[in-house]
Amino acid sequence: MSELAAFWSYLSEGPLLWLALTLAAYVVGDACFRWSGRKPWVNSVLIAVAILAAILWGTGTPYGTYFEGAQFVHFLLGPATVALSLPLFDNLNRLRRATLPVVAALIAGSATATGSAVAIAWALGAGPTQLASIAPKSATAPVAIGIAERVGGAPTLTAVLVILTGIVGAVAATPLLDALGIRDWRARGLAVGIASHGIGTARAFQVNTTAGAFAGLGMALNAIATAFVAPLVLWLFL
Amino acid sequence: MIHALLALLTCQLAGEAIGRALAVPLPGPVIGMLMMVGLFLAVPRFAEFMRPTTQGILGNLSLLFVPAGVGVVGHISTLGAQAVSLLIAVVVSTVLSIAVGAGVFVAVARLTGAGDE
Repeated sequence: MSELAAFWSYLSEGPLLWLALTLAAYVVGDACFRWSGRKPWVNSVLIAVAILAAILWGTGTPYGTYFEGAQFVHFLLGPATVALSLPLFDNLNRLRRATLPVVAALIAGSATATGSAVAIAWALGAGPTQLASIAPKSATAPVAIGIAERVGGAPTLTAVLVILTGIVGAVAATPLLDALGIRDWRARGLAVGIASHGIGTARAFQVNTTAGAFAGLGMALNAIATAFVAPLVLWLFL
Repeated sequence: MIHALLALLTCQLAGEAIGRALAVPLPGPVIGMLMMVGLFLAVPRFAEFMRPTTQGILGNLSLLFVPAGVGVVGHISTLGAQAVSLLIAVVVSTVLSIAVGAGVFVAVARLTGAGDE
């Protein structure tokens, strides 16, 4: 074995290389986003994921090995969710004044997210397991997986659909809401948080801190709402 | 920064414990988030103490989804024979949900006079 190959096998087995590459890929994705003039379709998560998937595929590295390093980043999702409490606290007064619109948007947004996903998948011929897996896809990942298990879905499939939903929401929200002429940052943020959980919330923070705070709130509220809406919608279709 | 991180982890830990003990259908971090809002309300100075660290984390929130995103690429085959149907359902329903949610918010805010500022 050449020295280079020995060095590679040493590095690729440990967490250091994969942690460094995860941060590097994100830095590249974020730089692309800035160079593009902060265009919503230049999504830094999507670019970083594409770069890392290509590296894993090119080097024949299993995901488990990659995750040994990436888990340190992944772990921070929990503390980051707790950290959403600060923008929520900062916006508590405007939130109190908007209680009715928030509740109405939550019910409408959550029912649309679950109802239309199940209806479309059903119309296109998806089976009962797939319908149960797609129903909670707008909730944040741990909640969605918990609900999917309860209603007879496949947890891995739900995890994939949840992440895809987040990326779709993050990419589509700005052009969609601009086209609809909706300028209220509270409405924009809340709707994105309800429809596309944390990834949508991360995108909302890139645009506006009020939108970010309402997105974090939308994500938290829809985690609760989906637990009720998903079984109800599935009962209609199964 | 270490104290702020400790506070975040403690709220998350308490959230996990409460979620388990009371069988609440919410993940520990979300319960922890609600608890920390309660702490900020009780001690507003605590919010200023937490601000630098939380802003640092939330400013790079996107980064934290990268490992899970890479995992999805490897599991894309679990979409199976229905991949196209499921993708159409995800895209259309997400776009519809954002439009309906934001539209309903604006309409109800106008009806109830819940304008901003």
